[in-house]
Amino acid sequence: MSLPVYATAGQRLWHYAFRVICGLIFFFLIAPIIIIIPLSFNAQDFFTFSPEMLRLDPAGYSLKHYHDFFTNPDWQLPLWNSLAIAPVATLIAVSLGTLAAIGLSQSHVPFKGTIMAILISPMIVPLIISAAGMYFFYSRVGLQGTYWGVVLAHAVLGIPFVIITVTATLVGFDRSLTRAAASLGAGPVRTFFMVQMPLIMPGVVAGALFAFITSFDEVVVVLFLGAPGDKTLPWQMFTGLREQISPTILAAATVLVSISVVLLVTLEVLRRRSERLRGMSPT
Amino acid sequence: MTLKSLLSATALAMLPLGAGAAFAEDLPPCDNCSDSMVLMSWGGAYQASQVAAYAEPYAKLTGVKITWDEGSNEAIAKMRAASEAGNMTYSLVDVEGPDSQRACDEGLAEEIDFDKVLAAAPDGTPASKDFGAAMINECFVPQIVFSTTFGYRTDVKEWNGKVPEDLCAIFDLQTFPGMRALEKRPKKNLEWALLCDGVSKDELYTVLSTKEGVDRALAKLDTIKDHVVWWSAGAETPQLLADGEVVMGSTYNGRLFSAIVEQKQPIAMLWDWEVFDFDGWVVPKGLDEAQKNRVMHFLNFATDTQRLADQAKYISYGPARASSQPLVSKHATLGIEMAPFMPTNPANQKNYLVNNIEWWADNQDAVEVAFQNWLSK
Amino acid sequence: MTDQTANGPMLAADGTPLKQSLNRALRRQKLRAFLLIAPLLIFVLVTFIAPIGDMLFRSVQNDIVADTLPRTVAALSKWNAESGAPPEEPVYRALASDLLIAVAEKTHTQLGTRLNYEDSGFSSLLRGTGRDVDDMGEDVTKALVAIDPIWDEPTTWTNLLGEPAWVSAQADWDKAGGKTAEPPFVLSPVAQQNLPLTSAAFADFARVMQTVKNDSPTEKRPWNTVAIGLTEDLKANPAAAGAFGTEWQPALSAIVAAAQMGTIPAANFTAAFTESDKAWATPQPWSIIKIFSPRFTSGYFLNAVDLKMTADGIAPRADSERVYIMLFLRTMILSLAITGTCILLGYPVAWLLANLPPRTANLLMILVLLPFWTSLLVRTSAWKVLLQQQGVINDLLVWAGLVADENRLVLINNQTGTIIAMTHILLPFMILPLYSVMKTIPPSYLRAAKSLGATDWTAFWRVYFPQSIPGIGAGSILVFILAIGYYITPELVGGAKGVFISNRIAYHIGTSLNWGLAAALGSLLLIVVLVLYWVYDRIVGIDNVKLG
Repeated sequence: MSLPVYATAGQRLWHYAFRVICGLIFFFLIAPIIIIIPLSFNAQDFFTFSPEMLRLDPAGYSLKHYHDFFTNPDWQLPLWNSLAIAPVATLIAVSLGTLAAIGLSQSHVPFKGTIMAILISPMIVPLIISAAGMYFFYSRVGLQGTYWGVVLAHAVLGIPFVIITVTATLVGFDRSLTRAAASLGAGPVRTFFMVQMPLIMPGVVAGALFAFITSFDEVVVVLFLGAPGDKTLPWQMFTGLREQISPTILAAATVLVSISVVLLVTLEVLRRRSERLRGMSPT
Repeated sequence: MTLKSLLSATALAMLPLGAGAAFAEDLPPCDNCSDSMVLMSWGGAYQASQVAAYAEPYAKLTGVKITWDEGSNEAIAKMRAASEAGNMTYSLVDVEGPDSQRACDEGLAEEIDFDKVLAAAPDGTPASKDFGAAMINECFVPQIVFSTTFGYRTDVKEWNGKVPEDLCAIFDLQTFPGMRALEKRPKKNLEWALLCDGVSKDELYTVLSTKEGVDRALAKLDTIKDHVVWWSAGAETPQLLADGEVVMGSTYNGRLFSAIVEQKQPIAMLWDWEVFDFDGWVVPKGLDEAQKNRVMHFLNFATDTQRLADQAKYISYGPARASSQPLVSKHATLGIEMAPFMPTNPANQKNYLVNNIEWWADNQDAVEVAFQNWLSK
Repeated sequence: MTDQTANGPMLAADGTPLKQSLNRALRRQKLRAFLLIAPLLIFVLVTFIAPIGDMLFRSVQNDIVADTLPRTVAALSKWNAESGAPPEEPVYRALASDLLIAVAEKTHTQLGTRLNYEDSGFSSLLRGTGRDVDDMGEDVTKALVAIDPIWDEPTTWTNLLGEPAWVSAQADWDKAGGKTAEPPFVLSPVAQQNLPLTSAAFADFARVMQTVKNDSPTEKRPWNTVAIGLTEDLKANPAAAGAFGTEWQPALSAIVAAAQMGTIPAANFTAAFTESDKAWATPQPWSIIKIFSPRFTSGYFLNAVDLKMTADGIAPRADSERVYIMLFLRTMILSLAITGTCILLGYPVAWLLANLPPRTANLLMILVLLPFWTSLLVRTSAWKVLLQQQGVINDLLVWAGLVADENRLVLINNQTGTIIAMTHILLPFMILPLYSVMKTIPPSYLRAAKSLGATDWTAFWRVYFPQSIPGIGAGSILVFILAIGYYITPELVGGAKGVFISNRIAYHIGTSLNWGLAAALGSLLLIVVLVLYWVYDRIVGIDNVKLG
């Protein structure tokens, strides 16, 4: 990508112009997320930078929106609800999803295409349609407006991610390893836990992270299926945005961004580990 | 409907007499009652007044856990949905008059034996008499009289010093340029549009009862459609006004009161053709016995004379009980007289409409479709 | 893995033929794979596929008319909607009988709401008539009371028509103050045989009193339809007056005599309905009831494409009611616009990432992945804050002098807002597939083209770009599929004109409660998505979906 020494003036100009354009696009991608962080420390209840903030005057900054976020029951209840729903949904998605991914990776699976299509479908079908269908159906069976209704719905929305990530780690899986384990006298269960599991672990954890974030960020389905007592964090943000924008939303958003950063870093570490383990040396 | 007589009675009764002494708290016991409730209300300043005046005191006295849902804009839809789903997730729902009529008509709300459930006035007047004209149907437990009116910013440079003095300023983009906020529902908007299109107050609903009348109102709204932000929650207009996103907008008078008096925003109220209505509780059908007992116990407490008067210390709505009105006085924290901000103040009643509950209960379905179709075009 | 090691050309180790042994191993393998997949498959089928199926079912389901107005539907079967004339008296009477029950159960308002979807105004019609139906035929009851005041007494009717055992059980219940379960009403066989119309009407009345009102039939005078039934039964069969024993003979005979003399007025429900609302004198409401009486309907799907069913077949809706085709088109056009801007913004970035040294590329990749991992609501909140008239972008523009303070740009609550925010949200879904395709294009091709004399542009356009088209295709379909189903972002930043068909679906589920129409719109949207998904599978393969 470096500029060759024989480049003409026009090529030089384009080279740098192109980099500026790309820089602007990167700025477009990242700026909206970054900008809410300082705004969340605004000492006033406005959504733009106050003159004090621009002067970097400490008086223009405060933690009051964070204080509100961490003490106000309007935010605390949803936060705890989200934390009560997402892990359970993740557990269901990961346990069932990992088993199925292992099954799908075997060489002779009848109707593999159809099964795969069904398992991936929650990711493809627009959320509003999933939400509508679940709302109608869960009403019939008494799950609408219950904790378990939301958990099951979130679990099924997370499943495609688990299937995709775990299947991806199994693609490069060397089958002779299990044969070797078997020939050394290990039973299938022991082989699974001692040989297969450590190798697909990065995929499982990545899938779990995806499933977790799917549930943690999900708002459409929970709007339809949840009872007022099961209000989640995204739900509270949605009503807040639609009705009464309080700057506490920006504090909540900043907290969520921090969570995303942690998850992103974890994933990156896992990806490298997985590639190393499977002998695909990173370039 | 004798809302008018009630309005003038309220106004007379609102001479400041000082807050009544706090009642001794002797809550009757509640047998076989659930220990939690889900209340649906309007969010924002109004819900805050409910929390302060009776929900929190009740929770303190009984230890009951109260969860709020800010869904009253879509109360009928939510109750219908919960009832179709066979899982009533709300214990008590705060609705305005026409919605209570619909809830009652559609069998979504319990009919209430007022004198059995609600507390009598301190002088022994039975509740049904004390509430009087506010009892618009057998399901509705009234709380307040409110009005929907307009607020505008007082610092718009492009207006060249002029301020809106009558309702039709909404439709005057020449003199008063800028964005407006209107409710994302046909109710009130259609009436205002027709009033500004030359229809007289008396003919309003005759005109609206024809398809041409609805089209005429929508055509009038068409003239400002590109300059409207549509709101669905009462808290939006004060917020939009405060942020400068709109220069004028409709909302409930109590919300404007909070923005002007409590938050000291550069906003003023326009009292012209405001629409009066009652707001109150309905008990949804389909509650289990323990929930129902709890709700009735709460209603008895929350709508007694003192509690309804207490609510008026936090927001400028008139209590719906005759016996509460002499107890209304000053704002709870700011200490200012509430009377000038009340919809019931004669000075604020130059022109006004009273929500036509029966017409809206009958015609809402049809008009709503026409309005929403118009909106998405 | 328990692979058999075959050590002979024909036989396996355990002596079975190799082929058979291999087959068995294969079957076992299949079975094991299937057992591993089964729990998840069942889970997804129950929690996800069944709901989607339920939605498809709701889009054609239409029980409410037949359930609420069974008598009317039956009576209308003989009426010809194309005759241009309203139906005959028996149909009006059937509707009165149905409405009496429906009003008591408060289901007529729901029916009105349902039929209002098809014919605006039906809701008001049924609500209005529902208030009047109790009084229809009042003159017949009055005439009976004039003949003998006992007909004003509710117990007269229960004693005459109820089974004696039930009458005494009900009397005990009344006395006990309604603490226990109410004994369900039982018709006396004599009444059933001799007074069929009366019995049928009274049985409905008693059931409604007991189950809906939780009240005793001995407390309220029955509906006018019961009195009308009695008059007609006795007129048709005067002998019935003697069937109830001597104590009833005088009272019943008096009615027979009056009926024969014509002093009891004939019930006229046609007139009563017309008086309540003159629409009932036209064929219109009747043809709507008749058209929508079947238990399955195509009405919702027709509505979803701006058509309606009328007595003369399928017809377009009135201009003011035609919105859904427009909304589908708007959804498509906005999604295409979003896809287009995503290509424009995504292509250069993907190219840069694919051609930078890995270390730098990985670092820059974080700038793409962070938005991808950030909550949708966080990003939407950010845009809502940024795009406001008093928001950061407008402030910047005013500060830079590009925009006058009083002419701040309207960037939110319109289509601009939707396009900007959704482009930002969906851009990573364009960059990632583009990047993975561009990674596979050897840079040597470009160098080769240039060394053969191509200009930079020709080399890019004729050599590089064609090879990156699969990436554009994959990214575009992905972005487009995601965009057309979006709900949250358009709802928050789209205002009235920047919303999608999804917002309309949500409106019909949550606010208007027209669930059938929501299901039909959802089904149509689902079909579009599935077709695109199939195309995507053809081009890219679902197995190749990569995440991050």
